[in-house]
Amino acid sequence: MIQTQHLSHAYPGHAALIFPDVELLQGDTLVLRGNSGSGKSTWLALLAGLLTPQQGELSVAGQRLNGLSNTARDAWRANNLGFLPQKLHVSEALTVAENLQLAYFAAGLPFNPAAKAHIESTLAALGVADYAQRKPSTLSGGQLQRVALARAVLLNPKIILADEPTASLDDAAASAAVALLQASAERCNATLVIATHDFRVADVLKKAKTVQFGKNSAQIDINTFLAGVFVD
Amino acid sequence: MNILALSFKYLWSRPLAAALNVLLLALGVASITLVLLTSSQIDQAFERDLKGIDVVVGAKGSPMQLILAGVFHIDTPTGNIPLADVRALQQDPRVATLIPLSLGDSFRGFRIVGTTADYVTHYEAKLANTEVKGAMFKAPLEAVVGADVAQSTGLSTGKSFIGSHGLSTQGHAHGDTPYQVTGVLAPCACVLDRLIVTATESVWRVHEKAIEGDTPLDAEDKKAIADDREVTLALIRYTSPLAAVSFPRFVNTTTGMQAAAPAIEITRLLRMVGVGTDVLRGFGAVLLLTAGLSVFIALWNAVRERRADLAMLRMLGASPQKVAGLLVCEALWLAILASILGLLLGHLLTGAVGYLLQAEKSLPVTGWIWLIEEWAIPATAALVAVVAALIPAIAAYRVDVQSLLKS
Repeated sequence: MIQTQHLSHAYPGHAALIFPDVELLQGDTLVLRGNSGSGKSTWLALLAGLLTPQQGELSVAGQRLNGLSNTARDAWRANNLGFLPQKLHVSEALTVAENLQLAYFAAGLPFNPAAKAHIESTLAALGVADYAQRKPSTLSGGQLQRVALARAVLLNPKIILADEPTASLDDAAASAAVALLQASAERCNATLVIATHDFRVADVLKKAKTVQFGKNSAQIDINTFLAGVFVD
Repeated sequence: MNILALSFKYLWSRPLAAALNVLLLALGVASITLVLLTSSQIDQAFERDLKGIDVVVGAKGSPMQLILAGVFHIDTPTGNIPLADVRALQQDPRVATLIPLSLGDSFRGFRIVGTTADYVTHYEAKLANTEVKGAMFKAPLEAVVGADVAQSTGLSTGKSFIGSHGLSTQGHAHGDTPYQVTGVLAPCACVLDRLIVTATESVWRVHEKAIEGDTPLDAEDKKAIADDREVTLALIRYTSPLAAVSFPRFVNTTTGMQAAAPAIEITRLLRMVGVGTDVLRGFGAVLLLTAGLSVFIALWNAVRERRADLAMLRMLGASPQKVAGLLVCEALWLAILASILGLLLGHLLTGAVGYLLQAEKSLPVTGWIWLIEEWAIPATAALVAVVAALIPAIAAYRVDVQSLLKS
């Protein structure tokens, strides 16, 4: 589902970030750990098709992303990727249901009665169906996270990327959030990648593979990182 | 949800800013609509009423006043001219047709024009199909009334009315000489709509009766009066355009009358009125530009506030063009709403201007018409809005999706 080989990326004026090779199968879960500046965001951006790999090979959801045009990558992302950002970015201008409709709009899919029913069932599966017509500002943090997750999994993505999903959550809420993510990924049979520096995530996801990105280490020695890949 | 629905939602998520921008754009659209409708209708009225009239001959005075009074009936005449002089002009080989007009009386503000049947024929006016079949005036004190006159005063075939002296409603009533309405003219969209047309002899009889009073005049007095008969002016069409070179000069230098060329006077008038029109048009343009600036600021702020939303859309797979299109659609919504409101307002204002002019028995202007040129107004509003949206749209196009990962 995800396969990277000799992947590296350099920002202008900075040393190249060199990433460990990773291979994940459909339904796998990967916890990507590392501090700020360790290359987590860049790796996620490469996975999401937001950056073009400068070196190495990157194949996600059966699609080799190297050399794919911007337009093709946008379409690929709409059909294959679900994303849960750290800041949830649920639009205050729209209702909860309309925020989910954005996924259809972005993917260029028709919004018909079947789509409407699918949104309702997705919200119901995450326990927020009652808030469909409410504005996000009236929801609690936990409810908002469920809404954002509903949007991420709405179109049954093959890959779900979650960026620091437990930041600023207490232990109980963090466990619940991670469990919810895992359950949603299992429902879609999606590969789940969670980028975090929160050790509690790995504690919850005991069967997940883990990649440890150390500060600036990605640019030094790929073998060091390969050694950090654990499979339980 | 399609791009139009989504952009509409985003637009009205800031209702005050959206409403103010719509209002500002609408005011610009309304100003330009008002100028376009009024100037176009006034131009048309001038062109229609002047058709086939090469020169107007009347008493000396302001030539423009002579034209406004004699052709458009919106000013007081410069005075009267001797009937004998007019008859002499009629014999001039340069004159193809001459229509004498005698003004001075009115009925409820509508002017009574003493003339010949040629005046009605000149404007190709026909009698309206009314319940009682009408006819053209044949004898003195018979009259036909224009469509607006009939509608406004209730005059119809068979009814009679008493004219009053002067062109205002406070003039002395000629009670001894009532007019008989013999017909109502069908609307001709020309000056006849707001006139009461009768024979020249009617005007003479009304005024001679006023002089005569209760004491009958003897034959000598009657002859003296007949010899002194006057008309107010004469509408003349030349036999050849070349006459325009010599005829006015001939009249102005060899007679006690003046000849005024409508084309020259109206051009002069429109040039004077045109300054006001240009000011109004400029005002509308300034309003549109201000609105454009306001739309730009609103959309620019919207991009800043919604940067994360736009990035999220990109992350969900929307192309940069689609995200930029969202901003352009918001601007188009503003233009569409402002155009509807502005055109409505512009037509209502034109209707109000027409109402005021109608109360003055002046040129016909209505707000209930649609000119083909009006399509340019919403197109201009859309252009202003889209140009204003260009920079915000480019900013939306370039929104940094990776910021979602860095936050």
